[in-house]
Amino acid sequence: MIHNSCGLCKVNIENLSVYDGSEAIIHDVNMEFHCGELTALIGRNGSGKTTLIKALLGERKHSGKITYLDHSDGKIKKLITGYVPQQLSFDKSTPVSVLDFMAATVKSRPVWLGHKKAVREAVQRRLDDFSAGHLTDKSLGDLSGGELQRVLLAAAIEPLPDLLILDEPVSGVDINGLDTFYRKVAELRHKYHMAILLVSHDLSLIKSYADRIVLMDRTVIAQGTPDEVYQTEAFRDTFGYTFKEDESNEYSL
Amino acid sequence: MNTLYNILEALLPFSFIQFDFMKNALLAVLLVTPLFGMLGTMAVNNKMAFFSDALGHSAMTGIALGVMLGAGDPIICMLAFGVLFGLGIRKVKSSTKASADTVISVFSSAAMALGIVILSKNGGFSKYSSYLIGDILTVSPSYIKVLAAVLAVSYVVWYFIYNRLMLLSINPSLSASRGINNALTENIFVVIVAVAVMLSIRQIGMLTINSLLILPAASARNIARDSKQYHILSTVIAMLCGVFGLIISFYADTAAGATMVLLAAAVYFATYFVSKN
Repeated sequence: MIHNSCGLCKVNIENLSVYDGSEAIIHDVNMEFHCGELTALIGRNGSGKTTLIKALLGERKHSGKITYLDHSDGKIKKLITGYVPQQLSFDKSTPVSVLDFMAATVKSRPVWLGHKKAVREAVQRRLDDFSAGHLTDKSLGDLSGGELQRVLLAAAIEPLPDLLILDEPVSGVDINGLDTFYRKVAELRHKYHMAILLVSHDLSLIKSYADRIVLMDRTVIAQGTPDEVYQTEAFRDTFGYTFKEDESNEYSL
Repeated sequence: MNTLYNILEALLPFSFIQFDFMKNALLAVLLVTPLFGMLGTMAVNNKMAFFSDALGHSAMTGIALGVMLGAGDPIICMLAFGVLFGLGIRKVKSSTKASADTVISVFSSAAMALGIVILSKNGGFSKYSSYLIGDILTVSPSYIKVLAAVLAVSYVVWYFIYNRLMLLSINPSLSASRGINNALTENIFVVIVAVAVMLSIRQIGMLTINSLLILPAASARNIARDSKQYHILSTVIAMLCGVFGLIISFYADTAAGATMVLLAAAVYFATYFVSKN
């Protein structure tokens, strides 16, 4: 299944602000994500990255407009969002199997009634696709960081989203898991042509994977290709230096 | 009711079942405990043990308001106050930065104190002390019908709300990304818990009711591996503790609610040691 293959579609954010009482947590955010592109969102802690994501997910009230323009007729339609959280806040002893979790994200039939064969098979196929087929009956709390990220990613792309949001997905994952994860994300971008928004602290990794970078400090302070953004004053003010090609190995925070 | 009574007598060849009040009590237990077993799964998942405890304590103010307003049976006031109290805590908890523990404690203490102040005016509190430990023998046949209706409605709501609540307990942003209205889902859950707790307080007792909600689910978690096992085990443990607690309390002449809770606590420790080995 190819998703919006012509690549003209985009998610548009106009003048988005989020307030906590009278204090603006983020204000006047303007940006767009194009389908088939991986956009990385960077900024120091407290710069409002997570708040922006919560606004995009509809979890936080916001002013401004978020619109999704379809490729075929340029008309606005409802945005389907996939989300891979940074981590799960649940108690590790919670009796929820990977199958329970995956089924609950797509079906309304309560998972305590057990699973129909068709649902089990569909979940199994999705997990197989993410090298996680052996995890189906494992408890969600027993998964390693890398396994959990793959399960969350497999869950996030069903139904196929227009916008896939990945919140710092690399934390708690070893280097092999990280590599598998990034390759899978890059593959999704090409295979389904979806817009991907990635929140990350790993500046050297996104240098090689991201098509565009948005630097935030309560609002957008720089955006463009990685090369463009890494040379800006705003980038140097935020991270203390500008990027030079020969320093790429030292380039991780 | 008579048909039900005859079935119980035929099924249970024990002396306690000859008494109609014990038949009523047993029927009430068979309706209330599966409800508590079911709701407990998500109360524990969502870390709401302290919340439901506060809800139980808030019944004191519900009773006091009922008495002040001159209602013969304060149950309507208890229900109304319990629902508003639960929704109020949820609202304040989600809109302040104070820790949930502190917010709940403030609400709980205030509701408890207000109820005691009103009820103890002119030294009349002892009339209401039966609410503290409960009296299972106060169940009337009409009350059993109410409990049956509440159980049926709760199961229907539970059917539609369970997956949403589960995702919410795993990660609120994730459930929001699936189009789930987190606040509405939590509010519906709070309302069912409030109704279940308030309807059973007279029988189970204010001091022990929360344990009956939390202990079966907490025990089931020790040994369950997935949602289905969790649900079935929690329901079965709640029902067994309820029925055997009632029977033991009849022969030992103890408070039924506390006897049930004591059994549930024993099951919790047993499952805890099973899970450790």
